Amino acid sequence: MNATWSRFNITSIVLGFAFLYLPIVLLVVFSFNESKLVTVWGGFSTKWYVSLFHNQGLMDATWVTARVAVISATVATVLGTLAALTLTRYTRFKGRTLFSGMVFAPLVMPEVITGLSLLLLFVAVGLDRGFLTVTLAHITLTMCFVAVVVQSRLITFDRSLEEAAMDLGAPPVKTFFQITLPVIMPAIVSGWMLAFTLSLDDLVIASFTSGPGATTLPMKIYSQVRLGVTPEINAACTILIAVVAVGVIIASLANKRREVQRQRDEQAAQRG
Amino acid sequence: MKSLGSIRRDFAPWNDPNAKPYIQFDKVTKKFGDFTAVNNLSLTIFEREFFALLGASGCGKSTLLRMLAGFEEPTAGRILLDGQDLRGIPPYRRPVNMMFQSYALFPHMTVENNIAFGLKQDGMPKPEIAARVGEMLKLVKLEQFAKRKPHQLSGGQRQRVALARSVAKRPKVLLLDEPLGALDKKLREETQFELMDLQQSLGLTFVVVTHDQEEAMTMADRIAIIDKGEVMQVATPAEVYEAPGSRFVAGFVGNVNMFEGKIAHGEAGAASIDAGNGITIRTENTGDAATGAAVAFAIRPEKIKISSTRPAGAVNAIEGEVYDIAYLGDMTVYHVRLDDGQVVRASTMNAARITEDPLSWNDRAWVSFRPDAGVVLTR
Repeated sequence: MNATWSRFNITSIVLGFAFLYLPIVLLVVFSFNESKLVTVWGGFSTKWYVSLFHNQGLMDATWVTARVAVISATVATVLGTLAALTLTRYTRFKGRTLFSGMVFAPLVMPEVITGLSLLLLFVAVGLDRGFLTVTLAHITLTMCFVAVVVQSRLITFDRSLEEAAMDLGAPPVKTFFQITLPVIMPAIVSGWMLAFTLSLDDLVIASFTSGPGATTLPMKIYSQVRLGVTPEINAACTILIAVVAVGVIIASLANKRREVQRQRDEQAAQRG
Repeated sequence: MKSLGSIRRDFAPWNDPNAKPYIQFDKVTKKFGDFTAVNNLSLTIFEREFFALLGASGCGKSTLLRMLAGFEEPTAGRILLDGQDLRGIPPYRRPVNMMFQSYALFPHMTVENNIAFGLKQDGMPKPEIAARVGEMLKLVKLEQFAKRKPHQLSGGQRQRVALARSVAKRPKVLLLDEPLGALDKKLREETQFELMDLQQSLGLTFVVVTHDQEEAMTMADRIAIIDKGEVMQVATPAEVYEAPGSRFVAGFVGNVNMFEGKIAHGEAGAASIDAGNGITIRTENTGDAATGAAVAFAIRPEKIKISSTRPAGAVNAIEGEVYDIAYLGDMTVYHVRLDDGQVVRASTMNAARITEDPLSWNDRAWVSFRPDAGVVLTR
């Protein structure tokens, strides 16, 4: 392909990337600002990062968020995988369409509505709002995303693998754990990671369902910003960005390497 | 001793009235919703037989295999293996193993572990598993690939792993679903002979499903020709080819010329068929057709001689015009258009390199054949 760098192309690219990344760049740059005023550059400093680690409120919120994300992602992955299995395997049970619609509805449901209805439910059953309710709410939110990811893998799954295992003497449960699960594991892992990230950055549902003592990081950041943006928040966000970026980069590099290795192996095999 | 085809078979339990059937399909019907995949089908397979189920795609042959493996249950009828009714026995408790068309190798396991999978399910002690896996790898000549994963193998190697995995448990019966379908032509031919040797040396019963008639003819002791869920004919390759039981079988296996007509007058072991347009065919093989019956006279192209003049003393000779010629190296195929418009296919082995007076397009030519060269079909 012969790309020509016309003036138009360059302008489009610069504008596009500026639109996407200018806010983030600004945030990162000002997290290293010496001055306490967020919009005035006062020289380079990392002091906000130091003070960040002494901010007990932020650190607590981070810890809560991490625990909520890990627990809810794990439970959602189990439930979502089961739902995906049922939807792909048992294609002819009564109410399948309704069931699949209901599994995937939260994908498009406005978060405000999900949050509000969960809040009403928790109040109705007399569940005190706190760590447990946020976690439950996040399971509800992320389960359908896991189901979608796992289901798309299961659709291309070669059923004869399972038949072969059974033919060789493995009962259905053993077949599932020794054949099906390992083969679809990459999809389950990406489902988990998706659920984890969704839970990590959720503000709306957490605001509805959380209670005292279970403030998540996005909630904390949001409430602090209402009192005025501090460079400390910028620092916290920069760390978040770094964590997510590193995670995404590692995941895609590993994926890419596996793909390249696979192609190389296959070519070698074809050559004999 | 005379026999059909050009080989003598000493292994023929199907001709022995005292032989015990090994696999029996007894009036088996399988329906998927409204679609009848297998219709009231009965079939007997003997121990150590290499049996082929031959048919076009969608004829129900794979369903038969899957019912034997236990992935499908018959809607009606019984399947017996060594006298035992298989109904209700799940696939993982049946003494049969299957080689899948897609090979179905476990992608996350090495070649070794793929082959060992079935043995582990049986709780075989580890040293024995290792020994058996080694033996299997040697059998399929893949010793140096033991630690590879399936995606690191070529198509032919994968096929051999699948084969090794399916025979590792020494099943009573090995089921093969289009075992060579994914291989290229050369490799396929080689592998056909390897499979036959393997079946001989292991002494197993093989049931193979294929749509490739050449493959079935090469490997099988007997072939069942299946169409629309029903058995059309079960016979040795030579019988299927030289004595087809119906127009369908004659047309399905190999090339054939078919003359439709009526038995003009039949006597013991001879008849003449009035094929219309002044063509009369004299034949020795009358089957069970009575005088006046509407029949087809089927004759294979290689049993028809083609010549530029009427051969002296020929009982059956018809004149026509050469209208197409295909030179294939080992043989030449002529299409001769008879004066009534019917096209006859005749093939000649090119046993000599040089031909005197060869035929050309649009030449007048005579096609001739012996009275025992064709068969009379009533169905």
